[in-house]
Amino acid sequence: MNRTHSPLFHISKRASIPWYISWAIRAAAIVAAMLVCALVTMLLTGADPIRIYVTIFQGSFGTVRKFWVLLQELSILLCVSLAVTPAFKMRFWNIGGEGQVLIGGLATAACMFYLGDKMPSGLLIPVMIVASILAGAIWALIPAIFKARWNTNETLFTLMMNYVAIQLVSYFCNIWDRKGSGIVGIINPNTRAGWFPVLAGRQYLLNVLVVAVLTVAVYIYLRYTKHGYEISVVGESERTARYVGIKVEKVILRTMLLSGALCGIAGLLLVGGTDHTISTTTAGGRGFTAVMVSWLAKFDPIFMVLTSFLLAFLSRGSSQIAQNFGLNHSFGDILTGIILFFIIGSEFFINYRLSFRASSEKEDGSHA
Amino acid sequence: MLETLAFYINRAVQQGIPLLFGSTGETLTEKSGNLNLGIPGIMYAGGICGVIGAFFYERGAAVMNPFPAVFIPLVCSLAGSLLMGLLYCFLTVSLRANQNVTGLAITTFGVGVGNFFGGYLIKTSGSSVASLALNATSAFFRKTLPFASKLGAFGTVFLSYSFLAYLAVIVSLIAGILLRRSRVGLHLRAVGENPATADAAGINVNRYKYGATCIGSMIAGLGGLYYVMDYASGIWSNDAFGDRGWLAIALVIFTIWRPDTGVLASILYGGLYILSINNILPTGGVGAVKELYKMLPYVMTIVVLVLTSIRNKKENQPPAALGLSYFREER
Amino acid sequence: MEEKTAAVMLRDISKSFGPVKANDRVWLDIYRGEILALLGENGSGKTTLMNMLSGIYFPDEGQIFVDGREVVIRSPKDAFDLGIGMIHQHFKLVDVFSAAENVVLGLQGKLDMKTVGKRIREICDAYGFEVDPEQKVYDMSVSQKQQVEIVKVLYRGADILILDEPTAVLTPQETDKLFAVLRNMRDAGKTIVIITHKMHEVEELSDRVAVLRHGQFMGDMLTKDTNAQDMTSMMVGHSISLNIQRPEPENPQPRIVVEGLTVRSIDGILKLEDVSFTARSGEILGIAGISGCGQKELLEAIAGLQPVEKGSIRYLHDDGREEELIGKDPLTIADLGVSLSFVPEDRLGMGLVGSMDLTDNMALRSYRRGKGPFLDRGFPKRRAEWVVNELSVSTPGVTTPVRRLSGGNVQKVLVGREIASAPKVLLTAYAVRGLDIGASYTIYDMINLQKEKGVAVIYVGEDLDVLLELSDRILVLCSGKVSGLVDGRTTNKREVGMMMTRLGGGKSE
Repeated sequence: MNRTHSPLFHISKRASIPWYISWAIRAAAIVAAMLVCALVTMLLTGADPIRIYVTIFQGSFGTVRKFWVLLQELSILLCVSLAVTPAFKMRFWNIGGEGQVLIGGLATAACMFYLGDKMPSGLLIPVMIVASILAGAIWALIPAIFKARWNTNETLFTLMMNYVAIQLVSYFCNIWDRKGSGIVGIINPNTRAGWFPVLAGRQYLLNVLVVAVLTVAVYIYLRYTKHGYEISVVGESERTARYVGIKVEKVILRTMLLSGALCGIAGLLLVGGTDHTISTTTAGGRGFTAVMVSWLAKFDPIFMVLTSFLLAFLSRGSSQIAQNFGLNHSFGDILTGIILFFIIGSEFFINYRLSFRASSEKEDGSHA
Repeated sequence: MLETLAFYINRAVQQGIPLLFGSTGETLTEKSGNLNLGIPGIMYAGGICGVIGAFFYERGAAVMNPFPAVFIPLVCSLAGSLLMGLLYCFLTVSLRANQNVTGLAITTFGVGVGNFFGGYLIKTSGSSVASLALNATSAFFRKTLPFASKLGAFGTVFLSYSFLAYLAVIVSLIAGILLRRSRVGLHLRAVGENPATADAAGINVNRYKYGATCIGSMIAGLGGLYYVMDYASGIWSNDAFGDRGWLAIALVIFTIWRPDTGVLASILYGGLYILSINNILPTGGVGAVKELYKMLPYVMTIVVLVLTSIRNKKENQPPAALGLSYFREER
Repeated sequence: MEEKTAAVMLRDISKSFGPVKANDRVWLDIYRGEILALLGENGSGKTTLMNMLSGIYFPDEGQIFVDGREVVIRSPKDAFDLGIGMIHQHFKLVDVFSAAENVVLGLQGKLDMKTVGKRIREICDAYGFEVDPEQKVYDMSVSQKQQVEIVKVLYRGADILILDEPTAVLTPQETDKLFAVLRNMRDAGKTIVIITHKMHEVEELSDRVAVLRHGQFMGDMLTKDTNAQDMTSMMVGHSISLNIQRPEPENPQPRIVVEGLTVRSIDGILKLEDVSFTARSGEILGIAGISGCGQKELLEAIAGLQPVEKGSIRYLHDDGREEELIGKDPLTIADLGVSLSFVPEDRLGMGLVGSMDLTDNMALRSYRRGKGPFLDRGFPKRRAEWVVNELSVSTPGVTTPVRRLSGGNVQKVLVGREIASAPKVLLTAYAVRGLDIGASYTIYDMINLQKEKGVAVIYVGEDLDVLLELSDRILVLCSGKVSGLVDGRTTNKREVGMMMTRLGGGKSE
């Protein structure tokens, strides 16, 4: 409205953009980010950029074991991202993934701890599965109920639920550990009760397979089912949803149950399939990283394979840099941060058009 | 008995001050409609930048002078958190990125920066333990009024803190008055509530968002500085700051976006923490119960959040435009 | 009457939005110390003209003189500096702020709420407003909010006030109060422009009236020298023949019977009061009325989207069974076998999802079909293809997001979907708004086809010429009440126009 000083450029929303341009913009952002990362690393280590890139690559693909660690990291992160995605598609900002994963893990650990010597593995594992799914689902349902009924801010609510979960885990860690250090240690180290079976000699294979199945399942759920369709409609426009008779509250509750259940499964995989223990850092910030993975992939489960690969790859690569160049492991967070900033920023150029003004005489055509 | 009580109140206040800085900063930020989930990272950055400043001053200076010893870390801390705030604003305000995603990325980055440079300095200093001690600088930061200790319980409760602690209280009170009483505060609140109306009234929405978020970040960063220089006596060890940043965000909700209420609320939060770690609250002989006590601040925050939404009193709601980016041409 | 000086003179003002000429070489004089009514139908360019005076738009051509001096108004601030303030239809207020805080929002200088409150009280006392400076906006009625907006403008020192349809949201009592205040302001020397299309308001309030039609200035005169008939003719013009077909209804049977329908908005405003009528199969029932007279609420009440205070809406099946629709949501209504289609006014905000493609938008109505958890996209896809072919929607394909289509094509998709389910009742709200002539006729043809199939059509429209040629019967609403029910074949534009602007058409007065 203010035409007295017309700005140098004008920002307008793009109606659409061909997919190849949007991906070219994202690719350019990643390349730019990699350049900056190399520069930062050079400044701190004095190493030449080629060596840095090679090291990053080695972090994931250097040895067979490293590759499996990458796959494991990727699959767990992907699992949490899959979990939060249905909620995001509904425009429900579930940033409580961290807590929901932890509670799922806690339920798993509790089953292993209390029932490990009371029932055979064939029964114990199904019990763990059910317990973790229930625990995660309930944890997610609590904020959803308040959102649906009283429109309580879900971002803040789910955020707080994370720390309630962390303290709950901390409590049980102290209960279960009789030495007083608050560290549980490996549960059932001798009987291996509740440990997931090792497939084909690869400890992480089962996790990878489970997440692969979940990825396809979530993709199909969001894309091809009536529920998935309702989620999209509610997310795009609540008014349209009501116009066609969709019960918005019901969709919120149902979707958050699913979201929490999937987080519970991630907790199950972490405790039963990977760590065989529980601590307050079991979720390891993945609940938060998953928010970024899901958003970067535009809430599409297939693209999320790529974005979670990117983040897992970076995290492994920068650990490798840290190790090879004698830096500490937090270096990875810095590089991850830099790359995220570039990708987040690049979305602007996909969604908006910058047009520079040739003359200031032109109307900016804003309709009040 | 009185002495003991005074001692615990003193500890509760010291525990609460970093939270107070954080929540005051975040409240200002949220009042502009920016939900900055990067605050935990920014507090780390504020802390480590102060540590870096102090580290190099301690190494470089032959004789330690009180003024530069305080001034250099202070400026470094402010500059570090300002940069983080600017980055957040550039992404969310200028580039209109999603606030949650940006905030979480800032936190990842900030915690990374803190721990990385922390680790780097620890290594450089050749310390045998996994921490860096800046005792000399810290001593200046921890200076209290000379006569405080002579005034008994009164002195312990009210006068025995360093200047940063008083600064936290003063900043919170000023922020409270500013928000409620001043023209700038009125305009800021309008931006967070209804940016389109503010824009129509001739208020520069982006300028207010940038201003509030950057100043908010600087204030929050001081929380990190206070923690390491005063509370931790100048000892930096990685991850020691813990989840205080998230507690600060909880505090914002708990105080229903009122920085001046934060003064007492932060002491309450700090007090709960002190009471639980010192086994004063009943645990029934089970040490683990104190972990449940640490849950209390978050549970209380949830209760406040739920109650305010059920009562639906308009003044007590989050700013109406919280978390949304503003684009004039979007109808 | 003494000679009055023109405070504002508009000369040859033109403004276009794309191909639409909103104002075409408009001349207008506004005199100091009088109330000018700017009269015209919806879309006649009244608001656009005044927006140029208040700095929202900038004219393409023409000159503006204030107190004889040519001025350039580029922003609302420029307008304020010239003493011009406008009160828009959509209030720009911060809900959680007090009246006083809203009034001073955006001003500079030290904030002293005591002085502000005192000045606001002075303004209130001077003109008879009832604004409590301390009261929060969310606690206020619409009328109070409007008063705050007026006080806001006065506080900034405006002496030329423009009010855009200020009574649209008010009850009759509130309107009376507002008029009293406006008269006080006029008597204190302020200049007031009120944009309206209600005849009785013009007669009751204004000193002078200026009429716009299709963006052109039709003339102005002293209110006391004219009468409602003349003004209505000036406003609506002569009937233009549009050559829209109107087949004779075949064997019309009652389909929807509405009795004593009363609806209140969330703010407690009475939107519909004791509305009764019958919509018949094979017939188009036109609903005429000034915008915001309850048309939206009427349609949404029938569709099960609007809570109803009292009354009944019955649906009559072919076999004579009856269903009460009130208190049922759209799904329940559909489950009763009531096949009802609704083309809402807000196409992309309610009727369609802009980011979804044609197929998925078709699925909005049909996605529940079939057993099992999976969505059958084959059916909506075939339907989308049918709509595209049948209504010649110009689109790259059925996988294009509807947001990318032009307005006319978006509407074809929406109407197409709604009639594809072979409804018994078709509700349409402003079905041709924003469409070009060609697209409009396509829509009329579609509606007529439905009528011939025996559908009971309820057509809410704003263009009287269209209503007169398309409808079999016309129900005229005025401020939420039924002002009259006339035969579309025998009535004329003036009769309907009078009924729209005054309850019962003013025959009793």
